[in-house]
Amino acid sequence: MENPTPMLEGETPFVQLLTPEGERREDPDYPLELSDDEYRALYRDLVLVRRVDTEATALQRQGELGLWAQLVGQEAAQVGAGRALIDGDMAFPTYREHGVAWCRDVDPLTLLGLFRGTTNGGWSPQDHGFALYTIVIGDQCPQGVGYAMGIQHDGAENAVMVFFGDGASSQGDVNEAFIWASVFNAPVVFFCQNNQWAISEPLERQTRIPLYQRAWGFGFPGVRVDGNDVLASLAVSRATLQRAREGAGPSLVEAFTYRMGAHTTSDDPSRYRLDTDVEAWKLRDPLERVRSFLHKQQLVDQQFFDELGGEAEALAVRLRDGVRALPDPGVLDMFEHGYAEPHPLVDAERKQFAGYLAGFAEDVP
Amino acid sequence: MSEGQDTSVTLGKAINLGLRRSLEADPKTVLMGEDIGALGGVFRVTDGLQKDFGEHRVIDTPLAESSIIGTAIGMAMRGYRPVVEIQFDGFVYVAFDQIVSQLAKMHARSGGSVPMPVTIRIPYGGGIGAVEHHSESPEAYFAHTAGLRVVTPSNPVDAYWMIQQAIASADPVVFFEPKRRYWDKANLDETATPDSLWSARVVRSGTDATLAAYGPMVRTCLEAAAAAEADGVNLEVVDLRSLSPLDTPTVAESVRRTHRLIVVHEAPVFLGVGAELSATISEQCFYALESPVLRVGGFHAPYPPSRLEKHYLPDLDRVLDAVDRSLAF
Repeated sequence: MENPTPMLEGETPFVQLLTPEGERREDPDYPLELSDDEYRALYRDLVLVRRVDTEATALQRQGELGLWAQLVGQEAAQVGAGRALIDGDMAFPTYREHGVAWCRDVDPLTLLGLFRGTTNGGWSPQDHGFALYTIVIGDQCPQGVGYAMGIQHDGAENAVMVFFGDGASSQGDVNEAFIWASVFNAPVVFFCQNNQWAISEPLERQTRIPLYQRAWGFGFPGVRVDGNDVLASLAVSRATLQRAREGAGPSLVEAFTYRMGAHTTSDDPSRYRLDTDVEAWKLRDPLERVRSFLHKQQLVDQQFFDELGGEAEALAVRLRDGVRALPDPGVLDMFEHGYAEPHPLVDAERKQFAGYLAGFAEDVP
Repeated sequence: MSEGQDTSVTLGKAINLGLRRSLEADPKTVLMGEDIGALGGVFRVTDGLQKDFGEHRVIDTPLAESSIIGTAIGMAMRGYRPVVEIQFDGFVYVAFDQIVSQLAKMHARSGGSVPMPVTIRIPYGGGIGAVEHHSESPEAYFAHTAGLRVVTPSNPVDAYWMIQQAIASADPVVFFEPKRRYWDKANLDETATPDSLWSARVVRSGTDATLAAYGPMVRTCLEAAAAAEADGVNLEVVDLRSLSPLDTPTVAESVRRTHRLIVVHEAPVFLGVGAELSATISEQCFYALESPVLRVGGFHAPYPPSRLEKHYLPDLDRVLDAVDRSLAF
């Protein structure tokens, strides 16, 4: 028996509709017709999402956030996927899907609250069609499939998109989720952002074959998409989501991208990867290629960029001021919502602790 | 069944009837688990339910416990009320992460916007001569986790009501079924009004000491109390029924009458429910106690091969030995 094909970069083709140079390509399997406004809107998303990320990283460095999981490099994959979702669809994110959150109208300030430590959640999944961030790697995958089974039972024409990464692809729960989605024909798209790194571990520690090829073993199609191409991500996400909504079953999308930043602000990539790799990926920047395209197609003028720059700065200021103004939760809030119905032990401990705290108040002169 | 007529059922059948009532009451109730459909479960607890309610409501799942819980979480988010079966106690650990990190915390994490009305049925405990991993009592792990509720019936009548109450709860409930008592029988009156799911119950009144137990050990304690009576010792028996919340007021009230407490469970005593009850009663009933709270349970040893389990599991004699030690103190 021969070993499976080793995974060499560039060896596996991917769906690409916009080259790093900003040239538009067509793919017969994934046609995409966008209006001028839609092209501009996608670029706006990319710019603003990156600005959120840059600002959050700065706020962590200033001590305003305990941690930040950086998005930079993955904007196109996430905006493309996020903009393919429609009302009634549900996304199940990891903790890095800030770009998808943006597309689902979750205020970035809410995300910052999570990383500041004022909340463990922060938004209503039902209101936004965006489940809460999941920190344990891969746990959201079977949950997404369960939600998709619910959609199926309801007879609704919607789908679920489950996000995870190359590291998560080794988790049992992710592989179980593939099996469940397959055997129940659940309306779910597994959207894997292969950013090449799971903290310090390279892709080669997770797989010997391209990740999208795993799908066939589970009984559904997989496709690799240029994860730095927002048009390709959008087109493939739309097609796979629609397929799911129509009852044709799950798909795996592997968005081939790169984590340009650290795993989180606590990480130090210089210990395990080469700057030259990062430099090479800079040439495939998700924003630059759209910018080039807009220029070449003469879809924008300088005023567009000036206004967008102003909007981005205003957003950053709002986040900066907003984070600093986020109130800490009340001490006794920790006793809230552990249960939906009253629990006598929680009530007793809350009462006891409130009394303990009140004892200090008496000491104040 | 005509109204008010008593009918004798086994504990397993009582749960089956309770599940049927819950499926009838709420179209959002779905059952999921391994072999629960055509087979009716390895203990036949779901017998006939798939036939009557369909494959969409009684779902045979892949053999993946973690995803049984994970998908139940997703279905609950979608507005369903999943009741899942973990086939045996020793198989639940595969799903521990989804239960503890996700199911238990989702309501708090969401600020109260995402309830998790999920019931996890687990046949538990020993005494049936099973192979390894089929006889364990893992209830303390779950009772230790905020966000979960843990209950266990000891008899068919409670089983019938408690499974329905657990399913109706807006919180996740781990429902431990005393598998060696599946074949115990009792008369069931479906028109009766059940006690609160979260309350303990004095099932035998006595004056000399209190035995607190739950699940399979309640019957053992009742048998021990009957035997002690012949020796002139009058034991009270409390069926805890719910382990989280733990109805300590009912136990404390009993201890204030009897002044002695012995907690009995199959699970290892170290850091078990008995340890919690001992600590709480010592705090709350210090002056009422005539002797230290004693615990009778499994040992800090892996559950032994079944030929030895009768020595591992508390029985009538070990309970009475503890009673003797308590009274002699």
